[in-house]
Amino acid sequence: MLSPSGSPVVEASGVCRTFGRRRAVDGVDLSLAAGESLALFGPNGAGKTTLLKLIAGLLAPTSGTVRVLGRALRSEAASRASIGLISHQSMLYRALTALENVEFAAKLYGVDAPRDAAMGALERMRVADRARTPVRALSRGLQQRVAIARSIVHQPALLLLDEPYTGLDAAGAAALTDMLRELRDARATLVLVTHNVDEGLAVASRAIIMLDGRFVREDDCAALDAAAYRAAYRAMVVGEVASPWTMSVSA
Amino acid sequence: MDDVGVRVTARPPGTIAAAWLIARKDLAIEFRTRTAFLSSLVFAVLALCILYFAWDESVIAPADRAPGVLWVVVAFSGLLGLQRSFSIEEHDRGIDALLVAPTSREAIYLGKAIGNLLFLCAVQAVTLPALVLFYNLPVGQSLLAVAAIMLLATIGIVAVGTLFSAMAVNTRMAELLLPMLSLPFFVPVLLNAAQATTRVLGGRPASEAWPWLRIIIAFDIVFVVACTMAFPYTLEE
Repeated sequence: MLSPSGSPVVEASGVCRTFGRRRAVDGVDLSLAAGESLALFGPNGAGKTTLLKLIAGLLAPTSGTVRVLGRALRSEAASRASIGLISHQSMLYRALTALENVEFAAKLYGVDAPRDAAMGALERMRVADRARTPVRALSRGLQQRVAIARSIVHQPALLLLDEPYTGLDAAGAAALTDMLRELRDARATLVLVTHNVDEGLAVASRAIIMLDGRFVREDDCAALDAAAYRAAYRAMVVGEVASPWTMSVSA
Repeated sequence: MDDVGVRVTARPPGTIAAAWLIARKDLAIEFRTRTAFLSSLVFAVLALCILYFAWDESVIAPADRAPGVLWVVVAFSGLLGLQRSFSIEEHDRGIDALLVAPTSREAIYLGKAIGNLLFLCAVQAVTLPALVLFYNLPVGQSLLAVAAIMLLATIGIVAVGTLFSAMAVNTRMAELLLPMLSLPFFVPVLLNAAQATTRVLGGRPASEAWPWLRIIIAFDIVFVVACTMAFPYTLEE
């Protein structure tokens, strides 16, 4: 989807973000068109989550600009209606039921028939049978499914996912992969942050490896040998982290 | 719009509607857990009881002590409720979902403030009858006037307390920081509210209470506007 001005869905230019003296994101340029799905790989501390927060408007860049659908999310509240975010934390309210959590999000986004939309989202994540269960009574995996339902209830044009497979069992992971493929086919733009190369490549059309806040490798997934990529990624990460444990795993 | 398609047209609620949604959500959470309400209520009734027996009745009549006691209890029981306002957002980072939503920061502040105002009004709806009971106050028009003073003062307390609750929640000593930040700002409201309450309960003409009320109203207007404008900066990482 292009913005009215014809600009890409995500456009980041020269983005830096520092925390104290540390540069979490260091001069990143990124352009994503409608229907593109980006898998962002990298070890802990590479700056993936910070970049995701910058795109979502949760953080302000120290320098550079981030625009979504041609607009700055931080200054234009209404433009945030086009994005969905799945974060490390569930962003759910434990005292409310799964349905109430998702319905609350639907109302905040101005979705028509919010209760029906919320039930629909829960059904897509195969957790509708727990709709009236308080979130605190759900397992970590089911909470993650509800969190995903909350983030897609308004059918966003841009979905940002930070380690979305965390805590999901096989059925939950399959439901998530199916949902991501459906969204991709519906020309939604996806940014998937993960450590797991296989999960990322399953839905991505483009893959980027991030180290020390910078993009160090960028590939088109259509022409990618998954096994070679996995090996190259492992070598990069092990070279970067160089811990005895990762060395033994890669050996 | 199809089943899996990308929604192009959404009509996010305006500032007031979004604020009301957030307030209702906060009240629903409190209704389910009742933790803050019960702790505020128990504190308020206990404090009324202890302060009643702390003074010699033959030296100061209970009715003369009531205004001071009332406002001490309102301030500290209010802090217990305000503390919880943003801690429920921090637990699983619900605040991030609000910040990513097409809702202005001002709507988040106003929603939190409306929720806190209704919460404190509910606590005070029990505190005031308890005060009447303990301190043998006349039940009549003066009580309605006291309720009106409480509402006006609570608006100011909530305006300041909601802002500081957002600032304190990310700190290690949030429980300590909120009272330390808030209480100095509560003082102008509490002093004027206590003076107005003394006049009303003493059976003095309403015109004697009015100058104190005007200061509270001015405080409310200034701090509701200032805190709404300042709130977005408290959310910056």
